[in-house]
Amino acid sequence: MAAISLTVNGKTATVEAEPDTPLLWVVREHMKLTGTKFGCGSGLCGACTVHIDGKAMRSCQIAVSKVVGKKVTTIEGLSPTGTHALQKAFIAEQVPQCGYCQSGQIMQAAALLATNKKPTREQIVTHMDGNLCRCGTYPRIVRAIQRAAREA
Amino acid sequence: MTIHIKNGSIDTDISRRGFVAGSAGMTFAFTLGGLSRGGEALGATQPTKFNAFVSIAADNTVTIVCPAAEMGQGVYTALPLILAEELDADWSKVKIEFAPANPKLYGNPHHLFHGAQITAASVAVAGYFMPLRMAGAQARKVLLDAAADKWKVPVAELTTDKSTISHKKSGKRISYGEVAGFATVPAEPPKVSEADLKKPSQFKLIGRKDIGRSDVPAKVNGSAKYGIDVQVPGMVYASVLQSPMEGAKPKDGGVNIPDVMKIKGVSKVIPLPFGVAVIGDSVEATRSGVEALKVTWDTSGATAAGFDSEKAKADYAAKGKDPNAETKVEYQVGDAKAGLSGAAKTVEAAYWTEYTYHAQMEPMNAVAQVSEDGKSADIWTGSQFGALAAGIISGILKTTPDQIRVHQQFLGGGYGRRIWPDAAIQATILSNIIKKPVKLILTREEDIAAARPRPMTHHLLKAGLDAKGNVVGWHHRLVSENVDAVAAPPRFKATGGKDYIGARGLDQAFYAIPNALAEYVRENRGMRVHAWRGIGSGYNKFAAEAFLDEVAASAGKDPLALRLELTKDKPRANAVIKAVAAMSDFKKKRPGHGMGLAFSDYHDTLSAGVAEISLDAKTGKIKVHNFWIAVDPGVVIQPDNVHAQLESSVVYGLSAALIEEFAVKDGAVQASNFDSYPVMRMSEVPEIHTRIVATNNPPSGMGEIGVVTVAPAIANAVFQLTGKRLRHVPMTAERVKKALA
Repeated sequence: MAAISLTVNGKTATVEAEPDTPLLWVVREHMKLTGTKFGCGSGLCGACTVHIDGKAMRSCQIAVSKVVGKKVTTIEGLSPTGTHALQKAFIAEQVPQCGYCQSGQIMQAAALLATNKKPTREQIVTHMDGNLCRCGTYPRIVRAIQRAAREA
Repeated sequence: MTIHIKNGSIDTDISRRGFVAGSAGMTFAFTLGGLSRGGEALGATQPTKFNAFVSIAADNTVTIVCPAAEMGQGVYTALPLILAEELDADWSKVKIEFAPANPKLYGNPHHLFHGAQITAASVAVAGYFMPLRMAGAQARKVLLDAAADKWKVPVAELTTDKSTISHKKSGKRISYGEVAGFATVPAEPPKVSEADLKKPSQFKLIGRKDIGRSDVPAKVNGSAKYGIDVQVPGMVYASVLQSPMEGAKPKDGGVNIPDVMKIKGVSKVIPLPFGVAVIGDSVEATRSGVEALKVTWDTSGATAAGFDSEKAKADYAAKGKDPNAETKVEYQVGDAKAGLSGAAKTVEAAYWTEYTYHAQMEPMNAVAQVSEDGKSADIWTGSQFGALAAGIISGILKTTPDQIRVHQQFLGGGYGRRIWPDAAIQATILSNIIKKPVKLILTREEDIAAARPRPMTHHLLKAGLDAKGNVVGWHHRLVSENVDAVAAPPRFKATGGKDYIGARGLDQAFYAIPNALAEYVRENRGMRVHAWRGIGSGYNKFAAEAFLDEVAASAGKDPLALRLELTKDKPRANAVIKAVAAMSDFKKKRPGHGMGLAFSDYHDTLSAGVAEISLDAKTGKIKVHNFWIAVDPGVVIQPDNVHAQLESSVVYGLSAALIEEFAVKDGAVQASNFDSYPVMRMSEVPEIHTRIVATNNPPSGMGEIGVVTVAPAIANAVFQLTGKRLRHVPMTAERVKKALA
């Protein structure tokens, strides 16, 4: 065990964990930020997507020691009031069903809109294709991202 | 009820009806059994409880209990909305809570479940519709009586709207919250009859397009709590390497315990009849532990030992043809044998579907805390059947179900997987052994190893046509493992070995075929086959609806015309077929593309779907461009969610139709994660067009119906385009290529 200091959602915290612990479990179980979800543990589903220095990354594939000194953002920190354009759009389009993958979907989409304010449908699909949604909310996810791009 | 853990399997002789209180079905008085707290006026600090489903606080907050599990299908909104409608509640002030596992108060009275508190089969809205309306109307009546009494005016002069009572003559108004402060809830609930309920034209909440799902806001900011998100003080973590098949257990001395104990953070390795548990102080320690386990399995008690799904196909096919096979009749009208033998022409074909996995995004998990004396437990999990968990766990702890408190959480996908409470059972057993709260999380790999799949199925279909091309005989034989035998043993026994779950959709109740027989032949391969979104209808309607197109071709008839002719005396079925034909412009020729149609019912909901496809002849890959689907679910509670459920189940159906399958070798599932068991991704999803054909029939379910027509519509579209039949689901590129050759 080592004391590891990391910055999540703008706050610095110290956790006791093995340096190779996947960031996912540190965020969820140590820091109790459970909005980031465990789906596959192999980077195949996208449920655990967070931002590291603004880039969408799979937190199940990153050792906690690798994010020291970097800015980690989870769904809880995407917007202090939960009113990011995507969050509003996901409500407007009534996207979530079981909802389990939605934090990952929103974090993945937010990274796209941060660099591409008006993505085409094709760009959206390419960017989002690594995020599984077993409830099949894909058509609504596309609509919500388009809405967020329009209304942001 | 007794529970035996032996030979690696947990057997239970729980009679499902045993824990369903009121086996004859639920009466109204029974539904409102929560009135045992009647007579209490709890004052300003505590909300007043009007019945088991609703309480009202001084600040006008109306708390409504949702008796069913929320797994994406929308009952967390739809069920409270139904009660709020009759209560005339202010929807913006409604708070929703999940019911505890208590079938006496919260069981589903639908005839499929006889009061069991289970969320399955798309019958939550259908089953709870009347009891919840009654509960709302009854609470409203108590409020009205109390206000009339206070104001000394006749009840008939009072009106309600948005949690407010008004007296027009005097201009007085009072909120429900204020009335709840002084109202006395009578011990004997006031009588409410169906005549007291609103007419559909009076609905203010039911059918509104602008009322969103109540769970959506928490699901976009990470605050929605699933079973996997629960933490309790003092808990340890656990993960379990699952027995690769039912009945397999770790051999004595067959586990490399010392190796795994060397992993930092691992505190215990426990071989159990259902696998090997690793206990530790972090998720990552238990995950590493499971990964490092090397186990020799004793499969002497496992029926599935040696089972190879590819090799078994020859046996299935032989049973399909065997005139002496033991059959169970699942549907019969007229005399199918005579219809076929007297036919001018007969058609015959065999169909197949493969094993599929639920692939719910949240791997199975539970937190369990067994009390110090071992006689009660708290369970935190998302379950479709928490009452079953309570029943089984009370048997394990040798206590009573009321001592097992199941704290329901949101479900990260259910689709039938979360009916069987295996994670809750395992977590409880572990907590009882180590005397600490245990949080059990399965790895994705172990979630797949412990899959409770849709079975592999074989179908032999025969149809007879008379000289005019009318269908005069129909015979559908299904060969598969019996799902009821695994998932609903009491019903399996009660029906003498039929399979309600697996045989759904074998019937032809909506088609005017004078002589029809559907029968079921059992294979017993020891797999943990279970309900999977759409249950038997998913594969039986694939076979039947694709075969019907073969029949149409043989009769020289158009597939749409044939279905319209067969349903001409079933107006609701006929209407959804016409609707989907119109919305897809079915007759229009699309060069290079094929169009296919299918129809199905599912637990009183009716639907028809059309697929537009093209094909890469070189690779065999099917591309679905458009899918149109029309549905009649009776009265629509939440229109936008009906569209959402259709989109969802069409995607689920597409994934099953085109991609999903696993093989079984030596009894074990041959897949381990989303690389070896791919499911549909965004880039593969076509345009999905949905239409509601609303009627004033009692509401029926929406969670599964959309799955059913997808596979046959695609197979029929490929035939229209290529003249080749696809008779094996999933219709993978490889299989399509073979079929085209």
